[in-house]
Amino acid sequence: MTADTRARDGDELIRLEGLEVHFPIRGGLRDLVRRRPSGFVRAVDGIDLTIRRGEVLGLVGESGSGKTTTGRVIVKLTRPTGGRLLLDGEDVTGVWGGDALRRYRRRVQLIFQDPYETLNPKQTIHDFVAEPLEVQRIGNAAEREQRVLDAIDTAGLRPAADFAFRYPHELSGGQRQRVVIAGALVLDPAIVVADEPVSMLDVSIRTEILNLMLDLRRQRDLTYLFITHDLSVAWVIADRIAVMYLGKVMELGTAGEVIGDPRHPYTRALVSVMPTPEPPQPGLRARRVILAGETPDAAHIPTGCRFHPRCPLAEQAGIMARCRAEEPPLIDLGNGRASACWLAESGKPLPAVERRMGAVAPVGDAR
Amino acid sequence: MTLMPDPGRLSDVTETARLGRAESAHDFDPAADADSAVANAAASASVVLAGRAAIRGRRQWPLPKQADPDAPLLVVEGLTTHFTLGDSTVHAVDGVSFTLEDGEALGIAGESGCGKTTTALSLLRLLPANAEVVGGSVKLFGIDLCTKSEKALRRYRWREISIIFQGAMNALNPVKRVGDQVAEPIELRVGLSKADAARRAGELLELVGIPRSRGRAYPHELSGGMRQRAMIAMALACDPAIIIGDEPTTALDVMVQAQILELLEDLRAKLGLSLILITHDLSVLAETCDRVMVMYAGRVAEEGPVGRIYGTPRHPYTQMLLAAFPDVHSGRRDLGTIPGSPPDLRTPPPGCRFHPRCPAAMEVCRTDVPPEVRFDDRVRVACHLYPPGSDGVPVPLPRPAPVSAEAAVGPEAAP
Repeated sequence: MTADTRARDGDELIRLEGLEVHFPIRGGLRDLVRRRPSGFVRAVDGIDLTIRRGEVLGLVGESGSGKTTTGRVIVKLTRPTGGRLLLDGEDVTGVWGGDALRRYRRRVQLIFQDPYETLNPKQTIHDFVAEPLEVQRIGNAAEREQRVLDAIDTAGLRPAADFAFRYPHELSGGQRQRVVIAGALVLDPAIVVADEPVSMLDVSIRTEILNLMLDLRRQRDLTYLFITHDLSVAWVIADRIAVMYLGKVMELGTAGEVIGDPRHPYTRALVSVMPTPEPPQPGLRARRVILAGETPDAAHIPTGCRFHPRCPLAEQAGIMARCRAEEPPLIDLGNGRASACWLAESGKPLPAVERRMGAVAPVGDAR
Repeated sequence: MTLMPDPGRLSDVTETARLGRAESAHDFDPAADADSAVANAAASASVVLAGRAAIRGRRQWPLPKQADPDAPLLVVEGLTTHFTLGDSTVHAVDGVSFTLEDGEALGIAGESGCGKTTTALSLLRLLPANAEVVGGSVKLFGIDLCTKSEKALRRYRWREISIIFQGAMNALNPVKRVGDQVAEPIELRVGLSKADAARRAGELLELVGIPRSRGRAYPHELSGGMRQRAMIAMALACDPAIIIGDEPTTALDVMVQAQILELLEDLRAKLGLSLILITHDLSVLAETCDRVMVMYAGRVAEEGPVGRIYGTPRHPYTQMLLAAFPDVHSGRRDLGTIPGSPPDLRTPPPGCRFHPRCPAAMEVCRTDVPPEVRFDDRVRVACHLYPPGSDGVPVPLPRPAPVSAEAAVGPEAAP
């Protein structure tokens, strides 16, 4: 049993149990003839995760880690191939189509990365924000009107009546992302899944949007699943961080713990290469642990611990045989912390990485 | 302490050396000085001189005929580039001056639309049809590139200055093998035979960490990091004096970004490359560059040694920009905001272009363009808070409201 599944009952809003999304690879004629795929891309490969009511859970990973697919399962844009999805303790894995899905979407909303592509250029702001209300058949015309204006106002586009009849091209990037947020909020959802909501935005606008999201959470008792590749953004906004690698959760804990005292070699390497806006100091470079190569193809996941071919610790700690053979579960470290690394089992901090001086990270091609 | 208003002429090495002496004589607060090269500027000036001879000695081909062997590598003065949009003129780059010494790495930072990329593209006039360099000079080895004809400029493109673009997938030809793409400029620009060019392309691929055999791959067969490495190999193909990286790591994953930055650092040390790195992410530049130039709305806001710009930023824009980045290493989690957005450069605000967003704006900022003032620590600032003759002590800004701390740590406090 992992640390996370012990979250107190009633405390949890969303729960993923052994969630799996495997995409079939259908390539050549042979597969067509045999009528079965030649393999599977294991994008999400069995994760257990709980999102507690009122928290911001940061889901962090590089491309190919399965973070976006996990988010898409939660908003029901992708069907899982295994495991369960629970909302408020109710199994909603099988909810597809019809009224049940409509009711589900009223509670679970999504913010995409690119506000330029999310908005329809021929639709006014008002129509974009009003659309969910129409789909959900909520209220009469006057009530809808009021809710739309309220949502636009809440997203910080003031005066709302002024913005409502503008088109996306009349707005700046930050304003467009505010419109997308207004559209997600108009249904008054319980949880918002935000997939890289600030990675397209300039620094100054990024801060504005993060501030807005935090304000909204306080006002509306919102819960966020915040998906990002940028550990520093997750650190700013998230209460807890889950680090994903190749379809699995590698480490879980509060943002401060995961960043300040990582218990998985992958997290530690990620933290070590985060650029810093501080003046350069001697020894700063030595701190960096640059992993060789790139995330392997999710169709060919390494055996044992999926991180072992790139792990800077496995060989050094003399546990390579175990790492190669046995996949570590997400080991509970107490206090809601967990790490999927055999070295974390002892509960002690990770050993330091011995740096081979002058060694340039060898480059392996991922494909 | 001597102060000199800087019209952008301090590139001259003798002058740098003079400045260095003045600095060591006055002993500019060495404790606060993270950049040891600055603390010992007199010494560093001679290092620059020695470096210049050594680096130029290593060149594979001779300097261009008109080159002055004693001139600094690159001196840009008053560079002004305009775009024509219908009836209006976009003042994209407006009087930008900077220098680059042999073996030096200069970072150019700023929000989007600040003229970073246009500045870089203006050096070689690689601009869209509606853009024109309308003023200033770009001197490479003392040769003014602005007066060169389009045909004469070709001698310098790729061979002397090459560019690594942001989107490697878009910059590479999808139907040509990567190795052939690297070999092509060697064959065409340098004039090596096909076989020699191919051999050198293989060496370059290995230099950037791609196995020689992967040269037979097409771009789509390579991962994002590999493609960016191939772009770097192409940029290196003709052994250029300067490489410009335009957001070279922006589209990449964190770990791959770290790999590419390390590769650039390695190459710089090995080959004595001079780099200009353009990025919106100030934190990327801290570990890679010697000097940083912060641009705002087509002008230079502040420029100087990395340690200075990051340690004691002076210009309000630099201060606010730095505060907008979280720092996981020092534990700073609250983010500052920069209210508003960069101005429309068709009608830039009069006076200091940053004044509408500046918390420290004064009356004079609305009317007068601030002069660039260079201080003893080799930082130049264009801000009325630091007039010529001032002591250059950074003026702290009234801090904008941070991301609410209690909201960010809520559930942690109550587990």
